[in-house]
Amino acid sequence: MNLEFGTEYNDFISEVQDFCKEYSNATITTNNDKKFEILDALPVNSNEKTGKTVNRSDWQRILIEKGYFARSVPKEYGGYGGEPDIIKSRIIATEFSKYKVPSAMGGQGIDMLVPTLLEWGTEEQKQKHIKSTLHGETIWCQGYSEPNAGSDLANLQTKGELIDGNWVINGQKIWTSTAQFSQMMFCLIRTEPEASKHAGISFILIPMDTPGIEIRPLVDMTLKAGFNEVFFDDVTVPEDCLVAKRGEGWSVANSVLGHERGSLANPNATMNRLNTLIGLMKEETIDGRRLIDIPSYRDRLLKVQGRVMAVQAHSLRLLSSKINPEQNVKLGSMIQKLVGTELRHELEGLAIDIMGELGTLYEDDPNVRDGGSWQFTYMYFLGLIIGGGTNQIQKNIISERGLGMPREPKVTVEV
Amino acid sequence: MYFGLSEEQVFFQDNVKKFLTDNASIEEIRKIANGEGDELQKEIFQGIVNLGINALLVPEEYGGLGVGLLHAVAISQALGNGVGPIPFSGSYVMAPIALNLAGSDDQKSKYLSKIATNEVRFGIGLSEFVGAREDAGIEISNGKASGRALFVADAENADHIILSNKAGVMFVIDSSTSGVELNKLKTVDKTRAFHEVILKNVDCDILEKSEKDIELAKKVVDAGRIILAADTLGASESMIEKAVAYSKERKQFNRTIGSFQAVKHMCAEMASELEPCYSLVWQAAHSFDNDSVEESRLLACMAKSHLSEVGKEISKKSTEVHGGMGFTDLLGLHYWFKRIGLNRQLLGAPELVREEAAEIQGFNQ
Repeated sequence: MNLEFGTEYNDFISEVQDFCKEYSNATITTNNDKKFEILDALPVNSNEKTGKTVNRSDWQRILIEKGYFARSVPKEYGGYGGEPDIIKSRIIATEFSKYKVPSAMGGQGIDMLVPTLLEWGTEEQKQKHIKSTLHGETIWCQGYSEPNAGSDLANLQTKGELIDGNWVINGQKIWTSTAQFSQMMFCLIRTEPEASKHAGISFILIPMDTPGIEIRPLVDMTLKAGFNEVFFDDVTVPEDCLVAKRGEGWSVANSVLGHERGSLANPNATMNRLNTLIGLMKEETIDGRRLIDIPSYRDRLLKVQGRVMAVQAHSLRLLSSKINPEQNVKLGSMIQKLVGTELRHELEGLAIDIMGELGTLYEDDPNVRDGGSWQFTYMYFLGLIIGGGTNQIQKNIISERGLGMPREPKVTVEV
Repeated sequence: MYFGLSEEQVFFQDNVKKFLTDNASIEEIRKIANGEGDELQKEIFQGIVNLGINALLVPEEYGGLGVGLLHAVAISQALGNGVGPIPFSGSYVMAPIALNLAGSDDQKSKYLSKIATNEVRFGIGLSEFVGAREDAGIEISNGKASGRALFVADAENADHIILSNKAGVMFVIDSSTSGVELNKLKTVDKTRAFHEVILKNVDCDILEKSEKDIELAKKVVDAGRIILAADTLGASESMIEKAVAYSKERKQFNRTIGSFQAVKHMCAEMASELEPCYSLVWQAAHSFDNDSVEESRLLACMAKSHLSEVGKEISKKSTEVHGGMGFTDLLGLHYWFKRIGLNRQLLGAPELVREEAAEIQGFNQ
């Protein structure tokens, strides 16, 4: 066991810390810029921002120049152009979290499309899309799920036909978050109806202003998460919107899906949230008594804290396995989505419980705590328990691929 | 950066596991549990001592290996895994740590070197220091100790026993001295011995440094808690393995029961709860070896209380996966169930330990 990153990282750590001190508790403004509307749509923990104010475009640029964002994306595509270094990435994430420095924009374009194009895209596609995505100028939405293709995603039926050098697309996607703010969609389309289920799918990029696209908001229980249904009626895009080869879409999508699952419940964010909850329990009172002084509430808090500390220690073990490839943590990496989302849902729910009736206040109620973020996140994580591969699907994956248990026999009889 | 057990620690752990697999089968464990295996138990004990567990935590200057608690955690996992019916947490973890932390130079050379050579073995009881049941407790006056201690670990056939008063003053007694009465407690777990010790005016050799520093006894308790958490970790791992293996063999409705999602999901839930526990226990041990008490004590409390909860759930679910067979003595799964059950209560049940964790963090201020 050796938790030191090594002295060769000392300079890097102090460099990052200097930067973090400068931008600690900074506010990133969008200046009502329409293109950043997406960032204002989600409620955030309204902790007092005491630091500098920077606008979003500048912030993306500063972070890329410093190498704290898009670190290993080549310079020619608008990234920092550094060598991939897991330890440096970890140091950046840890220090940003410690000093409460606002992170770079995330979202499906940055988290999923950029790594996909880097691996599978043509030179032209990389040039065209990566830089503008990293700078927040192109917002992407993901068109994977369909009404009849949820857990059984490969059953998707939205159809694409190549006619006179154009893809003509018809069908429907669902659960498309941020579609209303997006300029582009990356999606999975059935282009090879004769091929087998998984081999008939292609990965296609579609401009959202193409005629024939209709976006209908799909209001979810949070009232705020901004899902949509997207309908395609003879939507026509050029042939070169295809990423990789025809029929390779399933492999393309899978190459970054694992990444999404791991990132759904970041242990650092969970630890920060726990610390906010501890603060809340010290401030809020009932009959003048601090909530943290009520033994049953306190015990629930400590139970959750034990789980959070376990998950945080676990993230060190997973990091270690990336640095030391001989270390096998296969089962350990499969459980992240299941454990992380359930834990976060529990933590947010505990905050609501300790606040009692006040915990049910929401939206812009004048007495709402933390901008309604506890209720929002409690519900939002129920969404994440279902989304990104339901936690029941996760349990199938863990038992079959992690524990070597047999698959459920296929049912052949029509009921 | 490397987070995990070292090659050497894994090697040692595997040796203990292998020894138990080869020499302590379920039939042998049953014999010992039924009180018909004294000779067998001695052989198993001797075999594992031959691997060197007695010398682990004894500093090199006293002839030991001088390794850290993480090394002992690796061994404790292996013992929990095979419900090893031998003394360990008391004799070879808490006792040498207590002697090394609190003993004078004379006391250290007198006792520690003999632990390293396996000439003497210690039991240890700090239950009343943690929290006294039935008003038990020991008073020391003029070098003599009197009173009653419960749940003293590894005292069976031990040459010496370390006990303490409520203030954390630790002392050594000779078990064969007059005035010492040992009563074996019948706990559910028959793989390890716990005793009631009654002292009537017994000569005691006070561990010098513990007279002025209550922190030392607390530190010994921290180590004990981490070791018990590791034992539960190993026992839980074994229960999941058994459940998964059984589910792949047992057939009902013309299918292995492991192909039913109800069973698969129980196994996946157990594995998901346990995986992060390795990291928590290892980090707690690493912190015990390297960090300040302020940092490491919180981790020790969390490792103990969290593993108690996870172990309880796994011991229940893995038994359920076995169906009716899980409930029988024939399969012997209950030895693991009971071991986890006892670990949960020793040195502070989870609610009490979490309360300490709250105090450590100043939640009461």
